[in-house]
Amino acid sequence: MSNDEQGRTLKFHILKYDPQLEGDEPRMVTFEVDEAPGMTIFIALNEIREKHDRSLQFDFVCRAGICGSCGMLINGKPDLACRTLTSRFPRGEITLLPLPAFELIGDLSVNTGEFMRSMSERVEGWIHDQEQESVDLTRIEERMDPDLADEIYELDRCIECGCCISACATKRMRDDFLGAVGFIKVARFALDTRDKRTDEDWYEIIGNDDGVFGCMTLLGCEDNCPKDLPHQHKIAYLRRRMVKVT
Amino acid sequence: MKNFFDAADKKSRKPARLDLIQSLSGLVLALFMWTHLLLVSSILLGKKAMYTLTGIMEGKFLTGGDHGFPIIVTIIGIGIFSIFILHAGIALRKFPISWRQHKILRDQMKTMKHGDTNLWYTQFLTGFIMFFLGSVHIYILTTHPAEIGPYASADRFVSDWLWPLYFILLFAVELHATIGMYRLAVKWGIFDGKNPRATRKRLKMAKNTLTVFFLVIGLASFAAYMKIGLEHRDRAGERYHPPSEQAELSRGEHQ
Repeated sequence: MSNDEQGRTLKFHILKYDPQLEGDEPRMVTFEVDEAPGMTIFIALNEIREKHDRSLQFDFVCRAGICGSCGMLINGKPDLACRTLTSRFPRGEITLLPLPAFELIGDLSVNTGEFMRSMSERVEGWIHDQEQESVDLTRIEERMDPDLADEIYELDRCIECGCCISACATKRMRDDFLGAVGFIKVARFALDTRDKRTDEDWYEIIGNDDGVFGCMTLLGCEDNCPKDLPHQHKIAYLRRRMVKVT
Repeated sequence: MKNFFDAADKKSRKPARLDLIQSLSGLVLALFMWTHLLLVSSILLGKKAMYTLTGIMEGKFLTGGDHGFPIIVTIIGIGIFSIFILHAGIALRKFPISWRQHKILRDQMKTMKHGDTNLWYTQFLTGFIMFFLGSVHIYILTTHPAEIGPYASADRFVSDWLWPLYFILLFAVELHATIGMYRLAVKWGIFDGKNPRATRKRLKMAKNTLTVFFLVIGLASFAAYMKIGLEHRDRAGERYHPPSEQAELSRGEHQ
């Protein structure tokens, strides 16, 4: 952190609204915070809650970009508060809004859990193997090609923060659209050799305009994923695979 | 019975077909439009060049005579019109269909300022414009196939008052086609290769270059036809003949 960034006073414009509170109206409130070296939005939010507004609601767990709780709109772009340095904003003005497309709990806190759960149930995001019951547990598991394992692991890095959903105009316009987080999950299990689902089975899940054919390739997911997951590449891959299903 | 139920439960393959047809028809139309503009821009090389090229396209070399087969233009016109309507009909599925959807889209664009989302909106708008302007243009040319030439086309610009339509259409087509080709490539991951992100950057650059290229030659051709049309206003309807043919014609008249 360079010295000239120390001593800056940052201005945070934050949406305040508690839907549970009768008569409460959404409004923007401005808070001033003295910037500290290496400060993240998450640290600044804690300071605001400590010093200015004890009622401010926002989510966090891990502070390290792996739990996916602190997704929010930072100057209009969905990102994780814990991974966004305040030094990234030369003007020192930062607007924070809750992630759109999710149910608002209050202020910056949204309910991504309910959506993610139903998404996971919709794509049945677990290994499907009819012979699983008769697996001989005394035998060593079948080996997996390390490259394939890497590829699966790459997609497993998804933390379900919801940024791709908020960044997707298609999803925002059409509630039933699956969204990038769902496609990443499908791609992950479609790659996995332990999952015995065929392309026909996958087509039943994503083979319509609420699924992969509804994607208009706006690429908000690709450009706003905090984990840099290969959304464009994987959605294209699923599209090619699904169009071949007869 | 079991099979019957399985078949009935199966999801329709239509959405897959429609997605593919939308892309393929778009590809054909974009390639056609690029070729079309290059042919039209032959006017930049002079009236004679455009006249000769029109002759070749109309199959003049087959008859060896003075006129070819303008019916070729009609056939291509009908073909392109059909693909155009098909493409528009399928792409319509993706339009924001209510005020609410449109408002969400606009709000999203305003807050996110995301390039590719904005590009899609451009395509939606230009597509909508082309429903009308494109149809007018294709219909006129399909029904007047013989009226393509340095003077005939220029008269259409000026004396027939199509220049405002052509001016808007030029921007609509060129933006829609280049953005569409870029989207096609990333949508199907055609050139993804080992590093899809680097590919996308290159594709974006290619898209921008092509947009500028086609707009520049498009506008230059537009200006050329306007100039000819204005100069030819008093003799609108008269056809162009290159100097060599002109001589023959006047000799014929004297005899």
